[in-house]
Amino acid sequence: MTDIPPRHRPKLRLPIAWLGILPFALFALLFLILPTMKIVVGAFQSPAGGFTLQNLIDLNTDSIRSAYWTSIKLSLITALLGCAVGFAMAAAVVFGGLPKRIRGPLLTFSGVASNFAGVPLAFAFIATLGPAGLVTLWLKTEFGINLRAMGFNLLSFWGLVVTYLFFQIPLMILIIIPALDGLKREWREAAAVLGATGAQYWRMVALPILFPSLLGTFALLFANSFGAVATAFALTGPQLNIVPIKLFAQIRGDVLGNPNLGYALAFGMIVITGLANVTYIVLRTRSERWLK
Amino acid sequence: MTRIFAWAALLLGCLYFLLPLVGMTEFSLKMRRGVYSFDAYVKVFEDPTFWATFSYSLTLAAATIVFGVLLVVPTAYWVRLKLPQARPVVEFITLLPLVIPAIVIVFGYIRLYNTSSFLPLTGSAFGTDVLLTMGYATLALPYMYRAVDTGLRTIDVATLTEAAQSLGAGWFTILTRIILPNVLVAVLSGAFLTLAIVIGEFTMAALLNRPAFGPFMQLLGANRAYEPPALAVIAFAITWACMGLIQLVTRFSKHERAKA
Repeated sequence: MTDIPPRHRPKLRLPIAWLGILPFALFALLFLILPTMKIVVGAFQSPAGGFTLQNLIDLNTDSIRSAYWTSIKLSLITALLGCAVGFAMAAAVVFGGLPKRIRGPLLTFSGVASNFAGVPLAFAFIATLGPAGLVTLWLKTEFGINLRAMGFNLLSFWGLVVTYLFFQIPLMILIIIPALDGLKREWREAAAVLGATGAQYWRMVALPILFPSLLGTFALLFANSFGAVATAFALTGPQLNIVPIKLFAQIRGDVLGNPNLGYALAFGMIVITGLANVTYIVLRTRSERWLK
Repeated sequence: MTRIFAWAALLLGCLYFLLPLVGMTEFSLKMRRGVYSFDAYVKVFEDPTFWATFSYSLTLAAATIVFGVLLVVPTAYWVRLKLPQARPVVEFITLLPLVIPAIVIVFGYIRLYNTSSFLPLTGSAFGTDVLLTMGYATLALPYMYRAVDTGLRTIDVATLTEAAQSLGAGWFTILTRIILPNVLVAVLSGAFLTLAIVIGEFTMAALLNRPAFGPFMQLLGANRAYEPPALAVIAFAITWACMGLIQLVTRFSKHERAKA
């Protein structure tokens, strides 16, 4: 750690030092912690204001259950594919013997693409894979392949998967390239000297070291897609039954007919992304020990 | 052998990323039947709502950046200098916006700051703008704090502060004339990233009912065919510009340091 060593001064002055982060504490309290607490508390409140578990029990309807399930499935699949493809591309650049010049542009592009989410991203995919999109028309006129007849619809679950990957893969690349750089050459050489094959090196040395950061990034990608609203909303409108879209409609017009059920819906989102991120933070600190 | 696989992985990946970009560009040029034209862009730029919402979002981004810098730089500096024991807590709080989805945060705002609450921010247009700015500052907090904190790591905060103090500088002078110039590159990186996040943000602006660029794009997407891809091209260009500027300031600072 590069922290400044604690100074020797009388204990009495300590509270004054804490005053320095008062603005930050106030900001965090007003615009981050209290609003979240409001949701959490509301999830356990009856309309009359008393404590109840009824809201959480009421979540157990077909429509809400299937919304959570679709959301979790969507997030798992995009996180898994994002990790796999991102890892392949990152490994290709770091170990594949490709020209060094590729690396910089790939990182820059990943920075751009991981931030190119939301409404414009949906437009880009509609223009490409939508009913009148570039690729759809090209496949139809050149090869006679009708994507729609084959069951592919951009405004569906798999369409969403393909679209989300556009910001999931670059995020993986951005996080995993430094981790791959952290794999020391000496480890590989040491393994080779001891007679390990390339596969053995990966299975017994590199992957165990990378495992925490791989799983951690997976958790981050999961949360990233679980909370995304704009892309899905611009792509499919309010129809698609995933949790963020449902919550969006609920906030706009109380479609569930019960304000406290809305809190419970949001609370469920916090619990799921919270779990994913706790995993991320724990594993991240564990993996950073190796990368020093 | 490895090299063939490496090229294959990279090229397939690039194909996936290039197609939507080509697709949106091509589609945006197809408004006039039979020939490529910039008609869709002309339509977009002639739309007064485009300029109104775009400048609204730009103003809010500027407000977010100013507020974010005023909040984050002194806090990160103070934590490094005087409160290293508070570091884990502050860092944890700055990471919270990555954990709690934006839609949940804004839901909390709507319920917490409604017209009958202790701070009725949503009661007036200006109050809602303030609330939205705070929301954007929250979204940008993880990136802003990390950027500034990394910048502070490269300088010797304690020595600089003591040197300034022994020359008679007060806290304000230290922050504005010693610390800020030293972490300017980090601050600028954070600022451009904030701009990229805020300019097209949809969820918070839509739910707070403010005329921002994100909801405008969504509305246009629901009603038009050729303008949306043109907007996507514009939005992509803005994101590129933000990331390019980050690289530029970073490279510039390395150059400066190398000369010194």
